[in-house]
Amino acid sequence: MIPAAWAMLRKDLRIELRTRESAPAMILFSLTVFVLFHFGVRRDEIDGALASGVLWVTVLLAAVLGVNRLFASEREGRALDGILLAPVDRTAVYLAKAAALFLYLVVLEVVAVPAFAILLLGPGLGGALPELPLILLVADVGLAAVGALVAALAAEARARDVVVPLLVLPLYVPLLIAAARATEPLLTPHPGPHGLAKWLGFTGVYDTVFLLVAVAVFDYLLED
Amino acid sequence: MAAKPLFGRGLRLLSVITAITLLTGFALVFFYAPLDADQGVIQKIFYVHVPLAIVSLCGFVAGGLMAIQQLRTRDRAWDMRSYVAIHLSIVFGVAVLITGSLWAKRSWGHWWVWDEPVLVSYLIVFLLYCCYQPLRFSISDPDRQSRYASVFAIAAGAFVPINFVAVRLAVQHVHPRVLSETGGHLPGKMMLAFYVTLLGVALLFATLWKLELTSKNASEQLRRLRRSFEETPPGELPAEAPEPVGVG
Repeated sequence: MIPAAWAMLRKDLRIELRTRESAPAMILFSLTVFVLFHFGVRRDEIDGALASGVLWVTVLLAAVLGVNRLFASEREGRALDGILLAPVDRTAVYLAKAAALFLYLVVLEVVAVPAFAILLLGPGLGGALPELPLILLVADVGLAAVGALVAALAAEARARDVVVPLLVLPLYVPLLIAAARATEPLLTPHPGPHGLAKWLGFTGVYDTVFLLVAVAVFDYLLED
Repeated sequence: MAAKPLFGRGLRLLSVITAITLLTGFALVFFYAPLDADQGVIQKIFYVHVPLAIVSLCGFVAGGLMAIQQLRTRDRAWDMRSYVAIHLSIVFGVAVLITGSLWAKRSWGHWWVWDEPVLVSYLIVFLLYCCYQPLRFSISDPDRQSRYASVFAIAAGAFVPINFVAVRLAVQHVHPRVLSETGGHLPGKMMLAFYVTLLGVALLFATLWKLELTSKNASEQLRRLRRSFEETPPGELPAEAPEPVGVG
């Protein structure tokens, strides 16, 4: 299963490197959203809960773009039939797609978080290291686990572009709560008590539950 | 194809029991349970709001369990059951949000309060399940439709408890909540009225669920009859004459 998933992932990354359709779009989108927030909240510099919320809502919205595009190449060429002809476990498809989404999210954050610090953040990122990358990585696992499942779920729906955000954003709410709470003290000049372990632990539970659920039910999505 | 009975077995009995339990419950609420010292008569909405919320959440989770059964057995009937359970829970959910808002307006002065974790998590769950039908009916192939709907129901069923934990962790407890310690502080008379209405609402859910399944079954049979009738050349009886379906 792992070699098959690895092969699929390499294929997806090669397509992404050639077409540059997902990750660059997510990055551009996040920069645009920062500009929107700047005018929307009419502040030059933000910190604390507001900064953490703006950062995470932006990441979530950019993730929706990635989820929407995740099965695009398979759909456009009806290539999924070909993949399903291969005698490999269907779960490999899920793992490859989730891994691809995870990598897109990491690329997005490598660019978007420093850009956020330059454009909007008051206190600077110095106080947020090394915790913030850790929070981002743990949350990305959950974003990718749920995102890949929803992408497959919506792949057959007619109103796909509408179904994906409506489905995935409520599912992301627990992650948003935990990640934004964990990030909030890191972006505050004089932070109070820190609940990092609690929120990271919760995010870990979320990741585990949805990875297990997705692996258990994914086979049924790709049956024919 | 032997005709199934048109009405689900025991539907009439179930409706009678439901009506009696609900009426008893409401009688207890208005004539037996004491008036809340703080909130006055508006607190009575608690006996409708909380049972509706509990029953609809159980309905969502039950829809997920029925979906598991559907994926395991490949029986479309389980998909129908899961669909009807979720559909009804959404309808109950609208009532939960409306009664919750009314209660919040009267006792806290706002239509919506963000620091009430149960209310907030309920809204998120409700928003998620609102996508169930759009997703389901945007897939045309019936077999695939039932599989995808089941996958959604399972993932969303797992989401319900996680979401409640997250919202509860996030909200500092500000308001005293009537049911937070599962009714531990409720006086006995209120408790009795609450449990009877809870049972009544649960029975109401079961009755409506059965009724909806019956109606789906009836229209399915009607469609089949019509098809076999149309396919028969005039002057001949249909090859497999469907028995007249009994009523009651």
